[in-house]
Amino acid sequence: MSTHQHAEGQLPHEPEKATLEGRNKILGFWLFLGAETALFGTLFSAFLALRHNIGDGPSPQHLFELPMVFAATMILLTSSLMSVFAVQAMHRHKVKEMVGWLIATIVLGLAFLGLEIYEFNTYVSEGHKMTTSAFSSSFYTLVGFHGAHVAFGVLWIGLLILQIFKKGLTVVTAPKIYVSAIYWHFIDVVWVFIFTVVYLMGKVG
Amino acid sequence: MAAHAHTVKRYRGLMDWLTTVDHKKIGILYLIAGGLFFLIGGLEAILIRIQLIKPMNNFVSADTFNELITMHGTTMIFLAAMPLLFALMNAVIPLQIGARDVAFPFLNALGFWTFFFGGLLLNISWFTGHVPDAGWTSYVPLASPTYSEGAGVDYYVLGLQIAGIGTLLGGINFMATIINMRAPGMSFMRMPMFTWTIFITSALIVFAFPVLTVGLVALMFDRLFFANFFETAAGGSGVLWEHIFWVFGHPEVYILILPAFGIISEVVSTFSRKRLFGYSSMVFATVLIAFLGFMVWAHHMFTTGLGPVANALFSIATMLIAVPTGIKIFNWLFTLWGGSIRFTAASLFGIGFIPTFVMGGVTGVMLASAPADYQYHDTYFVVAHFHYVIVGGLMFGIFAGMFYWWPKMFGRLLNETLGKITFFTFFIGFHLTFFVQHFLGLLGMPRRVWTYLDGQGLNGMNLISTIGAILMGIATIVMLINIAVTSLKRPNAANDPWEDGRTLEWSIPSPPPEYNFKQIPLVRGYDAWWKEKMEGKKAMTPAEPPGPIHMPSPSILPFFMSVGLFISGFGFIYDKLFLAIGGLAVTLICMLLRSVFDDHGFHIEEHEQEKGVTA
Repeated sequence: MSTHQHAEGQLPHEPEKATLEGRNKILGFWLFLGAETALFGTLFSAFLALRHNIGDGPSPQHLFELPMVFAATMILLTSSLMSVFAVQAMHRHKVKEMVGWLIATIVLGLAFLGLEIYEFNTYVSEGHKMTTSAFSSSFYTLVGFHGAHVAFGVLWIGLLILQIFKKGLTVVTAPKIYVSAIYWHFIDVVWVFIFTVVYLMGKVG
Repeated sequence: MAAHAHTVKRYRGLMDWLTTVDHKKIGILYLIAGGLFFLIGGLEAILIRIQLIKPMNNFVSADTFNELITMHGTTMIFLAAMPLLFALMNAVIPLQIGARDVAFPFLNALGFWTFFFGGLLLNISWFTGHVPDAGWTSYVPLASPTYSEGAGVDYYVLGLQIAGIGTLLGGINFMATIINMRAPGMSFMRMPMFTWTIFITSALIVFAFPVLTVGLVALMFDRLFFANFFETAAGGSGVLWEHIFWVFGHPEVYILILPAFGIISEVVSTFSRKRLFGYSSMVFATVLIAFLGFMVWAHHMFTTGLGPVANALFSIATMLIAVPTGIKIFNWLFTLWGGSIRFTAASLFGIGFIPTFVMGGVTGVMLASAPADYQYHDTYFVVAHFHYVIVGGLMFGIFAGMFYWWPKMFGRLLNETLGKITFFTFFIGFHLTFFVQHFLGLLGMPRRVWTYLDGQGLNGMNLISTIGAILMGIATIVMLINIAVTSLKRPNAANDPWEDGRTLEWSIPSPPPEYNFKQIPLVRGYDAWWKEKMEGKKAMTPAEPPGPIHMPSPSILPFFMSVGLFISGFGFIYDKLFLAIGGLAVTLICMLLRSVFDDHGFHIEEHEQEKGVTA
């Protein structure tokens, strides 16, 4: 039952699943992602119901700059790949390598956030604000919820990197790294849907 | 292992309750808080009925009446019924599956405190004078900033948002617990029926509550940040709110009733001294009800104008639910059939549940018929229907569960005579109140209207309804007296006080020690404890040698995290951004502390176990 009985000795191959606490954490986190799916599903539904109601505001065809959004998509997808490498490094117990990949993950996450802030800023200057229309409200809520998830993920993974420096890779820290990675993939998947449903469908009308 | 024994500060008195992560104590906290909100909601109900005792009554003003019906519904559903279920879940589930605690004890405490502070925030509205008054469904445009100007609906939005976090955490926690923490040998198809229903209910919570979260966020953005989700003039849609609310709201009613089904299954089986009839069909019916529960939300919207095709489909889907529910009813009847039934207070509530719930089910099928629904819609017929399923179903279940598990939670049996008085007063009062409401509805009396005219044939039945409500109030007072009298007695309950206990919770002391099971039991079949008893054994076969038991440390962080959300809620309601952000910062800092400082827990050594650490 002890949470850290392996800490001083040999770390198992999959340290995140070595303890019941770790396995609980991973299962609980998958269930949480199930709830998150319902959350984003509802946000998508609201957006789909309201996206044509642009009122006096600019239309999505006019607003969206696909090249920039595509760049943001690529950045986020790559950062997801980085977190895969981080977990693989963790399984090989290469702590330094893992931290390197994690840092790459959050740097790309920050780049994505930077682009998103720039994008929102441009939209607002073009008269597409939260209060403009039902389209704008549901757009900012959906994409903003995703952005907030990215921001939270960056802070969380950043904090985990600091914990790794302090505590090393143990059966307590490994599950945290693992669930932060599945969180990050989930956010990535949500973005793929946003890119398709919001931007591509917005561009073709 | 002994090298890892960490010393941990153990609190006493109030601090113990604020910091506890023990599922049994959290269950008691849920019971107290849920019971308190139940009394508040019940008082609101009595005030509503006093207003309606005679035509053109002026007992409360029309505005107050709106506030009373809104707060009565919201309080009873979110702050009374669900927490009382969570109380029984917490008290019983880990014991029934042979576990020492839930999967996430810390989150369990956090879930309780967020529910509690969310409920507190909602009810503080009575003192600030801005009470939610747009109905428990809070339909727009009535709830929009245009038609509900004050802070009232903001209390609804933020109070429910915070309480909802607690419920979601509970759902995730109990799903993970039931999947991962079952004792060796307890396969899914050996789980007690109550555990099964809580498992399915938790799944419903996990997928339904986030929908409410989004709805509340959207309404909050509309109200506080001038967004346009539901503002028709700016392209928003009021029907969208109806959809979002009921996509959550319909699964919510199954979240409420499935645990009651579980309780009734346990109680009926125990007090008939028979194995539950058709166990596997019960499991199947539970899963099917949950699945169909997500497919029927638009039957709340038949008169919205979705068109004949949508109405027909939702109508048929709704009627389908009668099939698995009927399976359950017949299984309970067949369990009773030929059993040697004991009429305790718990079993009376269980047996009273069956015909009462069937009546609610019959009106449910009537309402499911879309063309007829145009006649019933927004009348007292609907009020009668949902009180038959929620009070006659869920509350009877909760009462049965309370009488049944009280000795396991507190080590004392509730007084049976007072219990039977509660049952008969409540049962008669309930039917007096709500049976006549079917006919009030058919006569056209609209719900949610604060008074009615004389000479419409409504007077007599309204009077009867009010008398019934007062009887239910008396029954509740008798219950409180029972609790008070019982708590003054010395703990007297044996491990298996009903002597016919079938499931694992009856194989350990009442109340159980902090660690529940000294040795995790080996489960050898359905009704694990009954099976051992029938083979003449006095205890479960252990699945592990005795040894030091690892326990999680108590923590004050869940309390402060919830206080943070509470402060933040106030900040949002009154447009004080620094309070809103400050409150969230408190919560985030607590999360940071939780992440940074590992909880090593502590061990209860074998010699301490012998002394019997009490819960």
